Amino acid sequence: MATLIRLLGDFDLAEEAVQEAFAVAMERWPSAGVPANPGAWILTTARNAAIDRLRRERRLAEKRELLGRELELEEKEAEVDDFPDDRLRLIFTCCHPALAPEARVALTLRSLGGLTTPEIARAFLVAESAMAQRIVRAKRKIRAAGIPYVVPEGHELPDRLASVLAVLYLVFNEGYSASSGDSLVRRELCAEAIRLGGVLAALMPDESEVLGLLALMLLQDSRRDARVDGAGEMVLLEDQNRELWDGGEIEAGLQLCRRALALAPAGRYALQAAIAAEHARAAEPSATDWARIAAMYGVLEMAHPSPVVALNRAAAVAMAEGPERGLELIDELVSEGRLNAYYPLHTARADLLRRADHAAEALEAYRGALALATNDVERAFVERRLRELGGG
Amino acid sequence: MRYLLTLIGEEGGREDDMTPEQWRAAMDPWNDYNRQVLDAGVFVAGDGLHPSSTATTVRLAESGDQTVTDGPFAETKEQLGGFYVLECVDLDEALDWAKKVPIRPGGAVEVRPAMDFSEFGYLDPYAEAASAR
Repeated sequence: MATLIRLLGDFDLAEEAVQEAFAVAMERWPSAGVPANPGAWILTTARNAAIDRLRRERRLAEKRELLGRELELEEKEAEVDDFPDDRLRLIFTCCHPALAPEARVALTLRSLGGLTTPEIARAFLVAESAMAQRIVRAKRKIRAAGIPYVVPEGHELPDRLASVLAVLYLVFNEGYSASSGDSLVRRELCAEAIRLGGVLAALMPDESEVLGLLALMLLQDSRRDARVDGAGEMVLLEDQNRELWDGGEIEAGLQLCRRALALAPAGRYALQAAIAAEHARAAEPSATDWARIAAMYGVLEMAHPSPVVALNRAAAVAMAEGPERGLELIDELVSEGRLNAYYPLHTARADLLRRADHAAEALEAYRGALALATNDVERAFVERRLRELGGG
Repeated sequence: MRYLLTLIGEEGGREDDMTPEQWRAAMDPWNDYNRQVLDAGVFVAGDGLHPSSTATTVRLAESGDQTVTDGPFAETKEQLGGFYVLECVDLDEALDWAKKVPIRPGGAVEVRPAMDFSEFGYLDPYAEAASAR
């Protein structure tokens, strides 16, 4: 109690907080067990309760002020309402350059994509606790530093664009390959990303990367119905029934891709769209120009080096030059160690080992992938491969 | 909201042998900037500081002992050269003013929001000082 009063500098507050802590203890200890150091537990809980109370009181005062500011804000918005989409406006705000790039993306996914913190953590390949902290810190900075919730002015738009595009693509990806749950495709997330991308493309029709991203998302989305079979299992690109591909989306995607590439220099999204376009143009898997795709991944890797792009290039090289050559590139990545918790690295490696007739090593790689699979569809896919190899 | 803009950069140290023209070229942009923040009504306080070699640092050790030493808090190539305290609507306005500070290439302006003690029922020294004047 004395410690708490010293910490808080307020007797009443300390007393109330301790009472609150004991109430929590009475509720929790019978089922969860008494903690190793009950005194310290009470102190910590009481301190947290007091901090919460202080924050609540402070917030009340802030709310009154905020209300005034919001009214003011609404008046301003009524004057210059040239941004037709509220959600887009919020994306730009969450992508304020005063926030760390990772925080911008995380915050936008939380407030616009409606994703949970664990989902965002998986999308970023970071620990859940680290992601939670990142989001809390970002929100705290927005409030403390006075980052405004307003539409960025014209001259600020280009600066914020790169981050906005990254956010949209992550939302799309989260919907395209949901990392938890039993549904591989969450239509609404993909549709939302495409919708926002469309609004952005209408507003900035001369930005190559805006068009490129929209093209990329459309071309990937066009394969959605073919990616999962009737039993809900994942179907690889080469095994997909191309009749099921969405012709309308492909056509729109190819057209946007052409426009994006005409506005050179091609950035990362335009290049990825061009790669997706190669697949979309091939009427059957054997018609795919893998050498061209591998070369485009090479360009992409040079301009924007990333282990994920390197993995994709390795897969393309394997198709163009044979599995052994692809394995060499993948093993380089494995030795770097950065992607070792990344499920697709292990399935790609296992697949190449299988094609190269290294059955035992392939089995081992698939088992590694199984341990890292984060949803039922991925698990079912790996289990099927294991059975086929006689190791299930 | 009140923001502290700290101006950080390599110290010149060549002020002594400047020609009047060089002096004017160095000082005029600061005079212009001061005029702008005053006209906009955002200026609260601000100063350019003498070189860090003129600084004296008082330290309080964990033991409670106080020491007084010659020199700045940290002997680094980049030093605090000046500051502004500006009253702005939000961070965007503060950042706009930060971008206009006539620092030399290689320098930086750090923008930090200031705490408002009056929010917690404590004295607001700015308001007190203003009413005392």
